[in-house]
Amino acid sequence: MPEKPKIAFYWCASCGGCEESVVDLAEDILMVVENVDIVFWPVAMDFKKKDVEAMPDGSITACFLNGAIRTEEQEEMAHMLRRKAKILIAYGACAHLGGIPALANQFSKEHVMEWAYDKCPTVTNPSRTRPQTSYKDNGRTATLPAFRNVVRALDQVVDVDYYIPGCAPTPALLKGAVVALLSGKLPPKGTTLAPDIALCDECPRKASKPTDVGYPEFKRPHLARIDPNLCMLAQGFVCMGPATRGGCGALCINGNMPCTGCFGPTSRVRDQGAKILSSICSSVAPKDEAGIDAVLEGIPDPVGTFYRYGLAHCLLRRKVSLNDSAEVAAK
Amino acid sequence: MENGDSKVRIGFYVCHCGTNIAHTVDVASVAKYAAGLPGVVVARDYKYMCSDPGQDLIGEDIREHGLNRIVVAACSPCLHEATFRTATARAGLNPFFCHLVNIREHASWVHTDRAAATEKVQDLVRAACGRVRHHKALERKRVTVRPEVLIVGGGIAGIQAALTIAESGKKVYLVEREPTIGGHMAMFDKTFPTLDCAACILTPKMSQVKAHPNITLWTYSEVMGVEGFVGNFKVKVRRKPRYVNEEVCVGCMECIEACMYKQPKFDDEFNQRLGKRKPVYIPFPQATPKVVLIDPETCLHFKTGKCKQPCIASCSRNAFDFNAEEKIEDVEVGAIIVATGFKPFDPARSPKYGYGHFPNVYTSLEVERLVNASGPTGGEIVMRDGRKPKSVGIVHCVGSRNLQTNRWCSKVCCMYSLKLAHLIKEHAGAEVYNFYIDMRTPGKGYEEFYNQLLEEGVHFVRGKVAEVTDWAMTPEEEGKLVMRVEDTLAGFVRRIPVDMVVLSVGLEPREDSQEVRRMFNISCSSEGFFLERHPKLAPVDTATDGVYLAGACQGPKDIPDSVAQAGAAAAQAMALIDKGYIEMEPNTAFIEEKECSGCKSCIPLCPYTAISFNEATVKAVINEALCKGCGTCVAACPSGSIKQNLFEDVEIFSEIEEVLANA
Ligand SMILES: Cc1cc2nc3c(=O)[nH]c(=O)nc-3n(C[C@H](O)[C@H](O)[C@H](O)COP(=O)(O)OP(=O)(O)OC[C@H]3O[C@@H](n4cnc5c(N)ncnc54)[C@H](O)[C@@H]3O)c2cc1C
Ligand code: SF4
Ligand code: SF4
Ligand code: SF4
Repeated sequence: MPEKPKIAFYWCASCGGCEESVVDLAEDILMVVENVDIVFWPVAMDFKKKDVEAMPDGSITACFLNGAIRTEEQEEMAHMLRRKAKILIAYGACAHLGGIPALANQFSKEHVMEWAYDKCPTVTNPSRTRPQTSYKDNGRTATLPAFRNVVRALDQVVDVDYYIPGCAPTPALLKGAVVALLSGKLPPKGTTLAPDIALCDECPRKASKPTDVGYPEFKRPHLARIDPNLCMLAQGFVCMGPATRGGCGALCINGNMPCTGCFGPTSRVRDQGAKILSSICSSVAPKDEAGIDAVLEGIPDPVGTFYRYGLAHCLLRRKVSLNDSAEVAAK
Repeated sequence: MENGDSKVRIGFYVCHCGTNIAHTVDVASVAKYAAGLPGVVVARDYKYMCSDPGQDLIGEDIREHGLNRIVVAACSPCLHEATFRTATARAGLNPFFCHLVNIREHASWVHTDRAAATEKVQDLVRAACGRVRHHKALERKRVTVRPEVLIVGGGIAGIQAALTIAESGKKVYLVEREPTIGGHMAMFDKTFPTLDCAACILTPKMSQVKAHPNITLWTYSEVMGVEGFVGNFKVKVRRKPRYVNEEVCVGCMECIEACMYKQPKFDDEFNQRLGKRKPVYIPFPQATPKVVLIDPETCLHFKTGKCKQPCIASCSRNAFDFNAEEKIEDVEVGAIIVATGFKPFDPARSPKYGYGHFPNVYTSLEVERLVNASGPTGGEIVMRDGRKPKSVGIVHCVGSRNLQTNRWCSKVCCMYSLKLAHLIKEHAGAEVYNFYIDMRTPGKGYEEFYNQLLEEGVHFVRGKVAEVTDWAMTPEEEGKLVMRVEDTLAGFVRRIPVDMVVLSVGLEPREDSQEVRRMFNISCSSEGFFLERHPKLAPVDTATDGVYLAGACQGPKDIPDSVAQAGAAAAQAMALIDKGYIEMEPNTAFIEEKECSGCKSCIPLCPYTAISFNEATVKAVINEALCKGCGTCVAACPSGSIKQNLFEDVEIFSEIEEVLANA
């Protein structure tokens, strides 16, 4: 019997939802377990870093890595898994695009630390202790990985072969990827394993979007009642659907919430946030400055709205202390 | 043609433009620099690339070196993009493999530091060589041009254009808002500088329009909407009901006699409200078409429903139709000429002249009617108070050349003021004073006309009239209008008492010029006159292909200029139609059907309404013939599913990357 393909799962800066999505395969997980050999999956099974180190380079058939890259350790693991795996798959929005953790790129590292260990109202830390990369106690040294200056998507750190989008990816996408892997019928390197058409295409509310939508105001989903049948944009709720790859089955829309964009842009777009911004802003109904400002007040957090998952790859403001060398230089 | 990188063979040419470029840019070193760029096979500098030998250079190199991309660093693409693309095509290469870099307007003309300018040119050249490798072979598409022309506005300009085109055998739709054609010229008695009778030269042309088999004349009508594009416009015209069948009425005017109102009672618009008309009327005896109409605002039947309607009975041809409704006509035309004319300045906006306050202050147009034999006074100058003036003051530049009102010179007022001075003297024997700031009489026979007036004993006072007042300071000013003016030739302030004041009002854009502009998709200059494509080289074209301008809607103009411009606009329209087709630049946008999600975001954004929604495929589609390649939708498509030829992402990004490569 030929050897089963070896599969690894790993997580970096993530919430754990991606891991959950593997379990969400339900009975299909049996199909996976039957056909592959899981050689590394720290969340579910007991493996150590040295186990991976011991594997020959290229010996893992495919590694599904979720989470963004923030720390030195995550970076090291990403490099190691890249070496060990023939196919490296960025799994989920954070590995794919930077995800929610990359929203921290709006702030300096110091700002983040200060907030998390001091200023945040729920923190009690009178001695203002901050995590240290090394700490000596009783002659022993404890270490922590360094916290990098910015959050990066996986492909900003290592070469990535495929992307599976979503926060979290749907089980159907994972299953599709595994089936493709097993059958050896893989698309060209760099492909995102989801349909390359925006969500509106599969949205059940598509027909209710007017052709001449001009936005007189924007409403926030938690502050207004959402009509369960009408296109979100037609109701004035910012919906990322037009700028977001479909393939999720319009899950959020079916839950009566606007799309937040977790599948990222289509292959034809470099910057999802910039695209939806230019589209939505061109259709704001008022044409005078004061009127436009009033409409845009309905979007109090534009970065969190348009770049909720994509800030790591944003084309704008890339010069501001993005890479670690800049951080070193700053010190 | 392969677009693969390895097969790219670029020919690079940098032009000296005499010394225009070479003076500020080291062209030899630019050529040397370009020679070292990836893909560049030949790199040359040449004195005048646009000259025949310069163009031949490109062709020879294409043949000799098997070039498949051409980059020319020279002047603005507006000037010579077509030249170099044509040169490229002559040598058998698709013209869209040729790319022009503007190093004159963008570098040599705007910089003084030679080293820095040369470095900038190198960056621009690197960017061009980066983008040109991604260029694709593109085809210009041909669209046939319909042979009909729509003319909007039946003043002298519209009339002239209509007759010229109709004579050439093409069909014309002439749409006029008023019940008659003729425009302002129909109101005049005589015309400067030759003083020939306006009606004598105009009315034959008006009847020719009516009689011409190739002209469909729709008066009392307005264009409601225009769709489509050059060669294929779809136009909707609204025809207001006259309540008299235009086909049947012969203009005998029996009904006007018969009307319940025995005396004319209502303000006569054509006579500038100086006379009266009945509810059933004809604007003036030579009105074209010569058909009466009923004004429902004043007609007893429409107002009360209780009129015996003797008009109906009086009409032997049974022309009345009180149930007539507005009609909508749909026509398709290949070209459009906009000839909507001007509106005179409203002098109530300059209260110092007392218009509307003193009854004996008139506008020039009112006086045109007063001196007109078919006017409200039969050509006698009788003032609103019934007197005949013994002295008249004519104020030039009313509303014009003034920061508070209109900044521009209205061009015709000096000349028509001279004309009116002559006519008033002739008709009333009055003393006439012309108050002018500068006497502007350029034009054939115009200065001579001025000299003639000087000899006729008309008084000329150089100075801006400060005020017209009835406040008498001396017994002889009693009961007069006193013109206060600084006589800048005599050097003191004068008070000149007159019986009548004539305000030579300037020419302004019409009130609805913004709506008209939007309907025909043309632009206005800051003052609101319609904008020509180029002030010198394309004075009757607009920025919208197939839409031309004639007459005073483009700017103040006299009749000879309006007629000349109408001829030019007609020639442009006929050239377009006779060619029979237009070639569309291929830099248009297109939607990949399988990529479009049907989100409709792009549809309302297109300024040319080129995008529509296909309900069958539930996707958006772009009508290539309508697309102007503005790129709005390309930028706005949230899923990146709209591409634009010559501006594909790879082309733009590679250009940006290269231009910044040394930054
Ligand atoms: C008091 C005065 C005296 C003048 N005397 C002379 C003179 O002696 N000699 C000389 O050479 N020039 C003279 N001029 C200048 C002359 O009036 C203009 O050169 C000439 O009228 C311009 O013709 P036009 O066809 O462009 O415009 P207009 O005469 O204004 O005609 C435009 C026509 O378009 C119609 N129209 C407007 N909008 C629309 C619309 N939206 N739809 C349909 N129809 C529309 C109008 O009803 C009108 O019939 C004088 C001007 C003034 C004010
Ligand atoms: S209906 Fe009466 S008022 Fe009206 S036009 Fe005829 S006669 Fe005159
Ligand atoms: S490029 Fe401009 S003109 Fe062409 S379809 Fe798009 S928006 Fe319309
Ligand atoms: S914006 Fe793009 S995706 Fe949306 S309808 Fe237009 S072409 Fe299609």
